[in-house]
Amino acid sequence: MSRRITYREAIREALQEALRRDPRVFLMGEDVGRYGGAYGCSKGLLTEFGEARIRDTPLSEAGFTGAGIGAALGGMRPIVEIMTVNFSLLALDQIVNTAATLRHMSGGQFSVPVVIRMATGAGRQLAAQHSHSFENWYAHVPGIKVVAPATVADARGMLWTALEDPDPVIIFEHATLYNDEGEIEDSGPLAQPLEGAAIRRAGSDVSLITYGGSLKKVLAAADELAREGIACEVIDLRSLRPLDDKTIAASVARTHRAVIVDEGWRSGSLAAEISARIMETAFFDLDWPVERVCSAEVPIPYPRHLEIAATPQVPNIIAAVKRALRR
Amino acid sequence: MTDFRMPSLGADMDEGTLVEWLKHPGDLLRRGDIIAVVETQKGAIEIEVFHDGVLEQTHAALGATLPVGSLLATIRMPGEVPAEQVSAVPEPILQPAAAVPPQPLPSQAKVSIDVLGQFRITPVARIIAARSGIDPGHILPGSDGIIGLREIAQLPQQPPKHRIGIDLDEMRKAIAAAMARSKREIPHYYVGSALDVTVMSDWLSSENAKRPVPERILSAVPIIKACALALRKVPEFNGHFTDGRFLPGQTIKMGIGIALRGGGLIAPAIDMMEMLPLDDIMRRLTDLVARVRGGRLRSSELSEATVTISNLGDDSADMVLPIIYPPQVAIIGVGQIAVRPWVVDGRLEPRKIATFTLAGDHRVNDGRLALRFLKAVEQYLKKPEAL
Repeated sequence: MSRRITYREAIREALQEALRRDPRVFLMGEDVGRYGGAYGCSKGLLTEFGEARIRDTPLSEAGFTGAGIGAALGGMRPIVEIMTVNFSLLALDQIVNTAATLRHMSGGQFSVPVVIRMATGAGRQLAAQHSHSFENWYAHVPGIKVVAPATVADARGMLWTALEDPDPVIIFEHATLYNDEGEIEDSGPLAQPLEGAAIRRAGSDVSLITYGGSLKKVLAAADELAREGIACEVIDLRSLRPLDDKTIAASVARTHRAVIVDEGWRSGSLAAEISARIMETAFFDLDWPVERVCSAEVPIPYPRHLEIAATPQVPNIIAAVKRALRR
Repeated sequence: MTDFRMPSLGADMDEGTLVEWLKHPGDLLRRGDIIAVVETQKGAIEIEVFHDGVLEQTHAALGATLPVGSLLATIRMPGEVPAEQVSAVPEPILQPAAAVPPQPLPSQAKVSIDVLGQFRITPVARIIAARSGIDPGHILPGSDGIIGLREIAQLPQQPPKHRIGIDLDEMRKAIAAAMARSKREIPHYYVGSALDVTVMSDWLSSENAKRPVPERILSAVPIIKACALALRKVPEFNGHFTDGRFLPGQTIKMGIGIALRGGGLIAPAIDMMEMLPLDDIMRRLTDLVARVRGGRLRSSELSEATVTISNLGDDSADMVLPIIYPPQVAIIGVGQIAVRPWVVDGRLEPRKIATFTLAGDHRVNDGRLALRFLKAVEQYLKKPEAL
């Protein structure tokens, strides 16, 4: 049996399932309780699970993220929600210097099974302090896993797997995805693996590599290009650390062209890292330099038209594909 | 330095495709060495050099189709200084002693820069081209100057790569062109005689009986040799008609018509035929036939025979009226050797008879000369031990 739900509902169901299955699981963050979460993902959970397990926190990312890490060290399975990736920078010290390092520094004695969820990305006119994409900053750091569910099924299925992982997992939820609907297959297992990219559309002319909120734009571009007889293969990275080199290299070996769509800024981006890996693994299969579609190197603007102009859009993606195909 | 150019391998050849370099820059060359293989309408031809020296530089890329006379390579003659050393010699005149001229780049570096400058090719296209034996220098780039998968896909199915063997369609075209030109331009006349070759044939049988099978000689060999010797006596049939006048051949470079199994024929030449012992002729004929059927002939064998012989062989027809191969001025036809009733010294006897014909170019020679030629052949065949 399959049913259609929104990305937001998928997150809420996943939280609810985790809280019901494991008494060690609790959720904390700004406005997750009484308000139901900045993006409404935890609505109703306070009523079901109470204040001990759905905890509103002060506006201190470093404080509550650190508390979550401490709880994980103490045997709990905390889910920390950070309103947006911009605010997570206040918690970088806790995540990078503490969560990511303790297993290493304790000689394997301590693990930090914390899950940190946060919204990311532009597209909702939230201006330069709420709209950036810093996934690459986290994907740079050994000791943590970084995932970006782009589909309703992954939003529903990756949380439980993340909670079962003994190390810190960061889940990036693109802010434009929450209202999107998708199919959930209830008959099979709901859990989704954390690692491994997924081919969302098969094609032979070009590999479009993307993740998170850009996936729907890439699929729309692929639809439009298909009408012109261009067959795009669309790869959803899903996991940003580790990256699935094998799937990328195998796809590029088939299509001979790669276009990476990444809402981050081009300089030092995940797109740059993926491009470098394609050079390392598939250089001799290439029929065109790797193309990148990234955000303009400006703080994400507030006005709608400028926000659109600054971030990857379907026409930019189509243009990049045509460059790669020399059309 | 001497230029080595695309040779003409026949009047009907105006271009050839370079398919293989057998010598490389720096290699020592001896006169007669095979330097390259060129694909022509007559198949893959091994090209020989005519000088001793060192291969200085090659100028043509593999797969290039080039007109006759195009520069293929430069050869450094014995005693000459390599090009790099020439440019490295400081100019002695009016140069201050301290000024040392900059060392020229090694020629290797220059070559690779030139190659890179000629075209841009994507990594996957380069690899596919290499696997298919296609020289990227001969793929037409797209309008953006790049060779990619699209340009590779647009190449003809059969890439212009080294074919072993002879393209019979191409050969048929070459024969058609040469024969049509011959019949259009050359006023042929034909003179023939049935000659008694019993003496030669019997001598050859007794000679062969003394030899192991691989060393035995075919009757075509003394016939060819006798014709070559007869041509020395009647040199008006040996040479070329070029620019309205007859140029006699310096030696007798005799083209031998060899039929191919799949149809078509080819007439590679053996030079100085009149001076070769019969054993040599036999060996070279065997080698020629094998290489014709394998499609590998040498340039010297295809460049401009001075006369041709078409020998029908055993169990064939009695007579042939052959067509002259321009710019030659004669062609000799020999029918099968057959036992016929023949009058010898007033008595009827079974004798071995073969009909010899000569087709001549009436612009250059006359039937009377043909008679002298046929008489001479007859005389030589009567003393086969002297051949």
